Amino acid sequence: MNAPTTVAAAPATATTPRLRRVLHDRRLPVAATALLFLMMYGYGSYRYSFDAQVGPNLLVNNCYLVIAAVGVTFVILAGGIDLSVGSVIGFSGMLLAKLIVAYHVPAGVAALIVLAVGTAGGALMGGMVQVYKVPPFIATLTGLFLFRGLSLVLSKEAIPVDDAGVTQLAQYHVPLGGGTFLSVGALVALVTVAVAAYVLHLTRFGRQVYAIGGSEQSALLMGLPVGRTKVGVYAVSGFCSALAGLVFVLYIQSGDPLHAIGLELDAIAAVVIGGTLLTGGAGYVVGSLLGVLVLGLIKTIISAEGTLSSWWIKIFTGVLLLAFILLQRVIGVRGTNRA
Amino acid sequence: MAEVAPGTRPVLRMTGIGKRFGTVQALSEVDFRLLPGEIHALLGENGAGKSTLIKALTGVYDLDTGSVELDGTPVRVSNPHQAQRMGISTVYQEVNLCPNLTVAENIFLGRELTGPGGVIRWRKTRRVAAELLARFGLTLDVGARLGSYPLAVQQLVAIARAVEYRADGSATDRDGGSATKVLILDEPTSSLDRDEVRVLFSVMRRLRDEGVAIVFVSHFLDQIYEICDRMTILRNGRLVGEYRVADLDRVGLVRLMIGKELGGLEALAETDRPPVGDPVLRAEALGRRGGIAPFDLELHASEVVGLAGLLGSGRTELARLLFGADAGDSGRLAIAGEPVVLRGPHTAIARGVAFCSENRRAEGIIPDLTVRENIILAMQAARGWLRPVPRDRVDDLVARFIAALDIRPADPELRAGALSGGNQQKILLARWLITQPRLLILDEPTRGIDVGAKAEIQKLVAALAADGLAVLYISAELEEVLRLSRTIGVLRDRSLVARLDNGAEVTEEHIMRTIASGAHR
Repeated sequence: MNAPTTVAAAPATATTPRLRRVLHDRRLPVAATALLFLMMYGYGSYRYSFDAQVGPNLLVNNCYLVIAAVGVTFVILAGGIDLSVGSVIGFSGMLLAKLIVAYHVPAGVAALIVLAVGTAGGALMGGMVQVYKVPPFIATLTGLFLFRGLSLVLSKEAIPVDDAGVTQLAQYHVPLGGGTFLSVGALVALVTVAVAAYVLHLTRFGRQVYAIGGSEQSALLMGLPVGRTKVGVYAVSGFCSALAGLVFVLYIQSGDPLHAIGLELDAIAAVVIGGTLLTGGAGYVVGSLLGVLVLGLIKTIISAEGTLSSWWIKIFTGVLLLAFILLQRVIGVRGTNRA
Repeated sequence: MAEVAPGTRPVLRMTGIGKRFGTVQALSEVDFRLLPGEIHALLGENGAGKSTLIKALTGVYDLDTGSVELDGTPVRVSNPHQAQRMGISTVYQEVNLCPNLTVAENIFLGRELTGPGGVIRWRKTRRVAAELLARFGLTLDVGARLGSYPLAVQQLVAIARAVEYRADGSATDRDGGSATKVLILDEPTSSLDRDEVRVLFSVMRRLRDEGVAIVFVSHFLDQIYEICDRMTILRNGRLVGEYRVADLDRVGLVRLMIGKELGGLEALAETDRPPVGDPVLRAEALGRRGGIAPFDLELHASEVVGLAGLLGSGRTELARLLFGADAGDSGRLAIAGEPVVLRGPHTAIARGVAFCSENRRAEGIIPDLTVRENIILAMQAARGWLRPVPRDRVDDLVARFIAALDIRPADPELRAGALSGGNQQKILLARWLITQPRLLILDEPTRGIDVGAKAEIQKLVAALAADGLAVLYISAELEEVLRLSRTIGVLRDRSLVARLDNGAEVTEEHIMRTIASGAHR
């Protein structure tokens, strides 16, 4: 390395006022979601005197949504969208039930098959997006119809899973102390979030996801494997959906062809409320977890209120979604620098 | 100064390069050689084949004919990634980095410094990135998002990325990359201001002294004479010649580039008629907080008013205010004597104001539409979608403007994106002229286009003004503003600091001093 000879003056390196700096911090939306969650939780505890299990239950009751939202986070970070999530969850549950009940496949093997099928399905949609340049919206819409149709082909009726091992797993509770507990599904969800955070922030694949979401053209010219990564994120989403399907079966102990209809929209809402930019390139998977918890808390509070009808859940979700999209605009996370 | 001594072995030698696109022979029989430790200008008009040659070298295009030797060994480059691994790095005109990621990350994207298990070592990444940038004389917060820095800094980061292999070779061995031997800078200075160019040049000199061969593509002749050692000139896809910069003066260079005498460039004598009648546009204390301080401005028919000022001095902001693209928050505006409040570009357009954006790729040309569709756009917009312009009228108009502005190739059905920058600019001009505006605002109409096309566009502007159009002409090139304008508005730090009546005593030097001091109100 050569010693610097003529040191050039450093060009104006934005002497940002502190406020602007805070506003431009990418973690702000996640912090806002966390704050919102805490405030809502505080309000709920105060007004309805939540018992200690309410918190863990948010995770227990929404574990499949957390897992699905993690997959969707990958896709949205890379600038895409995945509408097939709900159908893949429904199909995965049906496939698992069918394999165990009708073909007597051991539960563990059946689970592996389901995960493989889900991943392959996601990769297939990713391939459509990458190779044939089908817009992600359309490619995954075909997935939405295809997998829903396939689950109905497997059976028109729900298939109860009465496998002893599955039942045991479903009823296993991990004590947290103080009489509270987490289910196996909730643990799986937490592990999924942790693994996703690791992949996104500490591996090449993860950083490529962000790069592609920021500017696919640039990523291409930087010599990044854009095609592989894009197929990869849909495969990840397919895997997560399949995993969510498995957890869903654990949760209700049956496969139903009409399960999880429209769940992709909840997952997308959770991701956006969690502060991930819909245009890609910015966001955190932890935010998506918080987003799901906030959605869960809305449900809890409204059912605790008792007098409010259930559609208020949707109304609040809509309002919150709008608020967070506006927040994204205000923060101007993608504010380009012209000068 | 690099000598073409018999003993010096070129680091890169391209021989007999040919490339054809459909019926167009983009390159034929081009030879190009590059010596280690030189800055080599690649020159030519738009469409001369510069970009094609660069893309052939970096593996974006396959070669039809010819061969490439790197360090005396024949090589075949099949994609940009491979080129980079061989030591050929490119920085494109538009900064091709990810603004949403940090500075450090942008430098190391795709060859992250990883530890065991493929885990990215962030602390090391940031440290190495900071060291690397320090060598370039840049002290940045490498953990900050790239997008939070000015374009010039982003450009330097792009260069740092391009030569990164030299910084810490051991860490990037996974890719088997070798040190950068050839660095290609494609129009790196087009969006930089004077100081930023100086920083860039000092970095280039340092890299040259370290033995890197740099290919420099630029339309600014001054810069070429300032920094380059040798140059290769292309014209119409063929090699014109290779010269030492010291051996060829500017007039000779321009002559070789365009292959004809620069006719009429000096003949744009000002029509010194004083402005007649009411002003076409009168702004009084018009301003916008954060955009431009309140200013007064008058534009008369047949008058060209130039705006001079550094990048970011508020030139574009002023223009956008007059066009209604941004809303003013103070002052008054009158067009053709009538006071108006511009609620958006459509109100300005309805009153005969036309605006050609500086950002012709992003804000002007729609590359996937044909030349015809692009030209007719503003006219159709003005009529509303319920009243389509009859097709034969469209064809007639388009043909007339293609001929009048000499748009080449003269094929209205071609995708506009396939045309060169200069011709795209002419399409934009045609689009607005077809609506018969009273006032034409041109924001950097000649940026990034070649000398010949530049002269043509200037001539066109002068002719339009002679026909009665009022023109607001914004350009970073003082010489151009001086040549065209009757009145020159000088901007500094987002305010209009002076209005100069163009005359013998007004020189580039004079304007520069005004920009520097802000006097002469």
